[in-house]
Amino acid sequence: MLIRPKEGILDPQGKAVERALPALGFDGVSHVRVGRLVELEAEDGADLEALCEKLLANPLIEDYEILSAGSESG
Amino acid sequence: MLQFPGSCDERDAVLACERVDEARLVWHGEAELGDLDAVVIPGGFSYGDYLRAGAIARFAPAMEAVRALAAAGRPVLGICNGFQVLCEAGLLPGALLPNAGLRFVCRQVEVEVESTETAATAACQRGDRLSIPVKHMSGRWFAPPRALAELEKSGRIVFRYAAGENPNGSVADVAGVANERRNVVGLMPHPEHAVDPLTGSADGLKLFESLVRSAAPAAV
Repeated sequence: MLIRPKEGILDPQGKAVERALPALGFDGVSHVRVGRLVELEAEDGADLEALCEKLLANPLIEDYEILSAGSESG
Repeated sequence: MLQFPGSCDERDAVLACERVDEARLVWHGEAELGDLDAVVIPGGFSYGDYLRAGAIARFAPAMEAVRALAAAGRPVLGICNGFQVLCEAGLLPGALLPNAGLRFVCRQVEVEVESTETAATAACQRGDRLSIPVKHMSGRWFAPPRALAELEKSGRIVFRYAAGENPNGSVADVAGVANERRNVVGLMPHPEHAVDPLTGSADGLKLFESLVRSAAPAAV
């Protein structure tokens, strides 16, 4: 699960990273957002949407995305 | 007084309650709270603040009981981490984000009482200016513009940081809010650390007096 601050919500961590980049010689990088990655193993049919809505993300302030690396289900 | 693994202000908060009435600690695993007149959820770092502050504590057995007490109209006050827990539990509006300055803030702030029609401010006067400390990493209260406007209109913004005192970037300087029924209140500042002039201020006592007054039968 990829969880990131919703568009429009101030992300001071992202801003701090963004401000540090030019000093390190990384130019041309903008809109840095710092989120969270949660890895898990789930059986087929597990309600991952509900898991994100109820615990892993706070839908008021965060968006989430479910990425699957599974061999069977997509 | 609820106590989670990682709570750290529950003893100060019990002492604060004992200045106005009686209080006892309730371990987070207790599902039966009996006939408590009021509940306080203290500050700290419940469950290590893993994931998001308050995100895991809301699933504690004791929180189900708190939900029932809140539904029965009993006063519930969430302080700092307790406020975060109540927001995560959906018992209070909004959410608390990491401080805009990315630093832990620990200092005395001036807070203004905007509504006296809540369980935590019944003993206050509108416009009271309270000197209470804050100490938190994730205290930036946020609600989407439309929800905020609705809360403003219905008088559910209970505490606001005085001009120039906002320590964390909270939208509209909001320091504390109430639920629709006004029996559940949360705030980031710590009234339990401001109950004796010896430590700088006794302004926080008013909140505990308010809880007692609100918990008492309507006969008064």
